[in-house]
Amino acid sequence: MAYAPHISQPVSVRAVMLKVLAALVPGIVAYVWFFGPAILVQIAIASLTALAAEALMLRLRGKPVLLFVTDGSALVTAWLVALTFPPIVPWWLTVTAILIAIVIAKHLYGGLGQNPFNPAMVAFCAMIVAYPQLMSQWPRAEMNTFEPMLRAIFSSDRQLDAIVMATPLDALRTILRDPEQRATIAGILGSHATFGNIGGRGWEWVAAGYLVGGLWLLQQRVITWHVPVAFAVTLAVIATGFNIANPERFVGANFHLFTGGAMLGAFFIATDPVSGSTTPLGKIIFAAGAALLTWIIRSFGAYPDGMAFAILLMNLFVPLIDMHTQPRVFGHRRKSET
Amino acid sequence: MLAAILVMALGAVVLGAALGFAAVRFKVEGDPLVEKIDAILPQTQCGQCGYPGCKPYAEAIAKGEADINQCPPGGEEGIRKLADLLGREFKPLSAEHGVEKPKSVAVIDENLCIGCTLCLQACPVDAIVGAAKQMHTVIASQCTGCELCVPPCPVNCIHMQPLPETLDTWKWKYPVYQLQPVRTVIHHA
Amino acid sequence: MLELFAFPGGVKPDSHKEESARTPIVPAPLPPLLVVPFRQSATGGVDIRVQAGEQVLKGQCIGSAEGPFGTCVHAPTSGKVVAIESRTLPHPSALAAPCAIIEADGTETWRERVPLDPYATDPAQLRARIREAGIVGLGGAVFPSHVKMNARIDTLVINGAECEPWITCDDRLMRERAPTIVAGAAIIAHLMGAKRILIGIEDNKPDAAAAMRAAVAAVGQGEMQVISVPTRYPAGGEKQLIRVLTGIEIPYGKLGPDFGVQCFNVGTAHAVARAVLHDEPLITRVVTLAGNYVRPGNVEAPIGTPIDALLALGEPKADTDRIVMGGPMMGFVLPDTSLPVVKATNCLLAMSPTLFPPSPPEMPCIRCGACTRVCPMVLQPHELYWHARAKNFGKAQEYHLFDCIECGCCAYVCPAHIPLVDYYRFAKAEIRAREREKAAADRARERYEFRKFREERDKAEKAARLAAKAAETKAKLAQEGAEAVIAAAQSRAHAEEKDSS
Repeated sequence: MAYAPHISQPVSVRAVMLKVLAALVPGIVAYVWFFGPAILVQIAIASLTALAAEALMLRLRGKPVLLFVTDGSALVTAWLVALTFPPIVPWWLTVTAILIAIVIAKHLYGGLGQNPFNPAMVAFCAMIVAYPQLMSQWPRAEMNTFEPMLRAIFSSDRQLDAIVMATPLDALRTILRDPEQRATIAGILGSHATFGNIGGRGWEWVAAGYLVGGLWLLQQRVITWHVPVAFAVTLAVIATGFNIANPERFVGANFHLFTGGAMLGAFFIATDPVSGSTTPLGKIIFAAGAALLTWIIRSFGAYPDGMAFAILLMNLFVPLIDMHTQPRVFGHRRKSET
Repeated sequence: MLAAILVMALGAVVLGAALGFAAVRFKVEGDPLVEKIDAILPQTQCGQCGYPGCKPYAEAIAKGEADINQCPPGGEEGIRKLADLLGREFKPLSAEHGVEKPKSVAVIDENLCIGCTLCLQACPVDAIVGAAKQMHTVIASQCTGCELCVPPCPVNCIHMQPLPETLDTWKWKYPVYQLQPVRTVIHHA
Repeated sequence: MLELFAFPGGVKPDSHKEESARTPIVPAPLPPLLVVPFRQSATGGVDIRVQAGEQVLKGQCIGSAEGPFGTCVHAPTSGKVVAIESRTLPHPSALAAPCAIIEADGTETWRERVPLDPYATDPAQLRARIREAGIVGLGGAVFPSHVKMNARIDTLVINGAECEPWITCDDRLMRERAPTIVAGAAIIAHLMGAKRILIGIEDNKPDAAAAMRAAVAAVGQGEMQVISVPTRYPAGGEKQLIRVLTGIEIPYGKLGPDFGVQCFNVGTAHAVARAVLHDEPLITRVVTLAGNYVRPGNVEAPIGTPIDALLALGEPKADTDRIVMGGPMMGFVLPDTSLPVVKATNCLLAMSPTLFPPSPPEMPCIRCGACTRVCPMVLQPHELYWHARAKNFGKAQEYHLFDCIECGCCAYVCPAHIPLVDYYRFAKAEIRAREREKAAADRARERYEFRKFREERDKAEKAARLAAKAAETKAKLAQEGAEAVIAAAQSRAHAEEKDSS
């Protein structure tokens, strides 16, 4: 190689992506424990589709296929799609979602490193707007439901009443807004079967799994502390604040952090380097903004979990955030001079 | 309804008055656009664009009489800068106005020069020194490479020499992936 | 105890210093033919002072400094100048430039040497001596040192950090020639009026630090201190070392003396002492032979020695495929080993595919930010990369492209293995070329405008003259009458005819 430096650290894009996949495993293990192995089927469908779509797009764009297909980025997108979607969505919905993520949100913008929006979140938002019914059918925890789930994924037999239950966030929202049931949050959390100790039953363990994986990623220096800490702290502070002001209407920080996509988002989705901010202060602002929007959509919006929309909205602001959060260059004074 | 019309009319009158005031109070003398265009042009003063110098060409572009792709010394980059400045589409260099060539300077062969001063009069930047019946010489650092001195010379003693790369002007090349990795040829003394 | 500061960023690659630092500096044998380029400094030209066939003495000036930024070049040994011809330089451009080819006669006869007492000589003369001795920055930048000594400062920093892996020439120099380095530092400090001298040495060089401390103690100068700085690349960068030792941050566009500080390499200080106290110009330098050698070490080679003569001393192993001049972070691959050693040659690194595996292919940037975390100048390397790659040079400058010191930390950590530094070098070169063109265009415009003005003025003057002449004639006509004027003109014409016939 003619270019200095002639030495480099033993890192690669593939290594980074594989570490992210490895960090998702604890969460997946908890998922399988509580909701059965259907999620593994979804992950398999998503991964295969993603790799095929990526290979096809690389071929069409005239890029070296083997080099880029094996860099692991398509797999990361696939696993994140599979983990944010309900595990009982039909196979064709997963395939469509992956095609949207890989073909439209990634390759049509220029491929690896060029997408302004998080591909998994683009797919999620597209699907939840297009198929709101299918995307809101989540499984009940701790039941031997693998067979009906498989049927649901691969056939059009969606006799799912036995296995389906609203998510904790969904349940909370529906009950709170129902004028008939004069429910209080304490009452809901205590009585409803959906709710576990902190968050939703089963879901809180999955979130804990993602937390463990995320902390390992931090230790491995794949991500920095800025995004997860800013996201979690902002969400916690806002939730706590409103919870203290009106405990009947607004649920507390614990719940927000351990349900829905909060943990997954804080460590794996908001930390996406390509679509997120690159400066330290910028990352904090990005994550705080995403957390704020997530809380607003969860508390006041039409969708149970607002994280995907929150992330996409903050992706829009990333260039502006980056422009105004540039750190002080060595030797220069704050009020930038060249 | 009447109120709405009145409000809109009042708004229009107020804004119109403000614009008129600004047009008079903040009027800029001269045409700043011509200066901006002239700053982009390479000042070779060669006339290849069809105008007698860079300033007249700049004025023509500003008036809309000339296209932006008529300047060979400015090259593709010059056209892109003009396109950016004026908000027009980029066009490749117009072939009838010339081709982009590497920068060269005029050199007078002193054995042949007869001291006729025709080239002195032709040079738009006075880069040739000399006088009648005295030797003429091109000041290389001031020569813009416009080639206007070459045709008038009656003994054909001026030729254009491309500038060689020196240690001071050498540029790092755009990085490309080395298909053949670079090796050192190791001699054994 | 001096308070030390930290500089941002930086990386800690394996230093690999033990192999070549174990053995003392070995003088290289005199080669039969030396190729001495006339241009060996970063700036300035050289007036060639010898011609083919001339006999030269060791240390004789063969090229004198041209202009205030020029520096001199000398014959490294006595012998005959066989030819003055253009040869390829050991420079990334592989351009050729005039060199003196000197055939050594083996006698090593010195020219006359006149030592100076630095404390009894006036500063201008001392600076002239340093200029005439051809002393340039031996840390690698080869900037003429006398130009850096043109100011008054408070603190003199001597750079013994040597942060790049594999290179140990400064380490050995400090261990073996500490008293000379200390003397040189004292001379520079006296010349620049510095009140204190800080010698920064990375803490992975305890022996060198001990030797330097002993030398400083022997001289007994209170204001001189040896300070161990934490080992971290690029602690030896001028701006970084000044920051660590004094806390001062110097941006692009400003120089050390603007802040009362200046920095010189230990090798430069050593050369200054030899030049002032012994009138020995810069004709040799210590070169590290490190990497894939059977016998790594340091050699003191005369400038102009063909590199393959030095390689023969170190014996590169059979699987060596590249020789890099410089270190692994900032050096460049030599195309050929018949090129000569020059003042900038601090290290000849032998590389093999096992010791220095080739870089994997460049992947797209994923904006991971690893580069931003290690940049010692707190730049955004990935932004600079995007804009340099898009040839959007204005934006690259907005992101402070010229503050980049080209240390290579960003490319070192990049998971996509992008040759970042080369994009910056490309962008900087293009920007400089454009600035030169702009300056030339502005000059041309001025000359064109003046020419137009001159033509107008000449026309106006001519018209005025004609008008005056016409007025004069009219007046004459009115006074004397037409016939008298015509008669006078006729007689004038007859007289001229007679004269010319």
